[in-house]
Amino acid sequence: MKVEKDKGILKYILILLSFTFLAVFLLLPLFYIVVTALRDGITGYVQAVTDAYAVKAALLTIRATFWAVAVNTVVGVAAAWCVTKFAFKGKKLLSTFIDLPVTVSPIIAGLIYVLTFGRQGDLYQYLDAWGIQIIFAVPGIVLATIFVTFPFISRELIPVLTAQGTDEEEAAALMGAGTFTIFRKVTLPHIKWALLYGVVLCTARAMGEFGAVSVLSGHLRGKTNTLPLYIELLYQGYDFTGAFAASSILVIMAVIVLILRLVLEQKGKKDQERNR
Amino acid sequence: MKQKSIIPGFGLSFGITITALSLVVLIPLCSLVVFTSRLSWSEFWYTVTRPRILSGYYVSISTAFTASLVNAGMGLVLAWVLVRYDFPGKRFLDGIIELPFALPTAVAGISLTHMTTTNGWVGRIFYDLFGIRIAYTRLGITIALIFIGIPFVVRSVQPVLEKIDIQYEEAAFILGADRGATFRKVIFPEILPSLISGFTLAFARSIGEYGSVVFIAGNTPYETEIAPLLIMSELQEFDYAAATSIALVMLGIAFVILSVNAFIQSVVSRRVSGLA
Repeated sequence: MKVEKDKGILKYILILLSFTFLAVFLLLPLFYIVVTALRDGITGYVQAVTDAYAVKAALLTIRATFWAVAVNTVVGVAAAWCVTKFAFKGKKLLSTFIDLPVTVSPIIAGLIYVLTFGRQGDLYQYLDAWGIQIIFAVPGIVLATIFVTFPFISRELIPVLTAQGTDEEEAAALMGAGTFTIFRKVTLPHIKWALLYGVVLCTARAMGEFGAVSVLSGHLRGKTNTLPLYIELLYQGYDFTGAFAASSILVIMAVIVLILRLVLEQKGKKDQERNR
Repeated sequence: MKQKSIIPGFGLSFGITITALSLVVLIPLCSLVVFTSRLSWSEFWYTVTRPRILSGYYVSISTAFTASLVNAGMGLVLAWVLVRYDFPGKRFLDGIIELPFALPTAVAGISLTHMTTTNGWVGRIFYDLFGIRIAYTRLGITIALIFIGIPFVVRSVQPVLEKIDIQYEEAAFILGADRGATFRKVIFPEILPSLISGFTLAFARSIGEYGSVVFIAGNTPYETEIAPLLIMSELQEFDYAAATSIALVMLGIAFVILSVNAFIQSVVSRRVSGLA
């Protein structure tokens, strides 16, 4: 990349403006969480983080995140492969529908599940007969999490796969390789960093989902409260140290995600250059 | 299918994609349509024209619009600084921009709120010096939405700016244009489509945003009550008809915003390719 030699004072004004803006809007809130979490000292912090309900909320969050990431990894890879390696009618429509969850408000995402599986829906009597409860229970939380992170992995993969083209897969297929062999030996090496980053991003978003989960959770302490919902509960109960301590767990996750992103992006770039 | 591809695995990948898409996205969306068809028009109209609901739309749209305008301006500056200048801390700046994607919205929400109340670090300064309240006002909502929307604009403009050939600027310079004129007449038209696209993405996302806004808004009816919160409160009263009506209007607004963007993009790409 070429960097212009700009001697004007404008350069420094713009750089300063950028740093100030990000410091005020992004870093200050982050810093504030850490400081407030440690307000009552380390013991207060440890107590808040190891509170029985906090641990239960964290475990539920991990469970929902695990399922969402597992499902979306399989679906994301399949969708990206399907959209980039084949030509078929309705491809554009399919991509639009895959990306749809990003533009839908999380509250509306929650609402459509309530309408589908709730008491007034047509499915309710069947589910009830089988003793399956979806909304205001854990399956609803998992479903909502899958919904909001649905396109995250395919979105990372599609640009990479489009750039790579289909020649190598075609050659492998001509030589008699099966689907999984082609995927493992030809496609996967190209997309591994993008895939990893997609998984990381999906994990971060799944752990932090609030709106959709908030609609579908019954807000039962220790049962259907995820970490973000637990934080809301503490905050509204004026337990600020507890709320910010629990938040700090998610802040650490976010920082790890950002660092991983930089590392994975760098690795991906290096691989691309080597292949050229 | 238009043409048979030699690569195997179409059926498998298409099958997985369409099954997951149907279960997670399409069926729930259909239940929204089914539920809507059961509403009477007068009921729908009565709900969405209640003054309190109308003011909710107004608060959501106006704050989202202001925040997205700020983000368009700052996003352009940030993308410019990241692409065109070299300075210490550039990697850090580039990495931190993604923070709003990685940090759970509820965590951002409580941090921004607690910081900007009249007792908070930032809120106190603004209140004592200027008599401005940030938390629990529309200004607070706007600030939360600026936090949420900034990566959309930067990540949309940055790749386009990277691709602009420096030769155009050199040509413009040789032909006698000063830096301002070069930017206005050569660079800006090139990046305008991506800027508009980033703006609309941030705008659409901000209108539906819930987690980061709900804390800082204070939720005073007619003043700082956002549309997603109105859906949430109808849901908590189990008034699914009202919740669905409000949600439909919001989906309609999001659809209009995204369509306008798609239209602008198609007009611009036609103009650039010289077909019009």
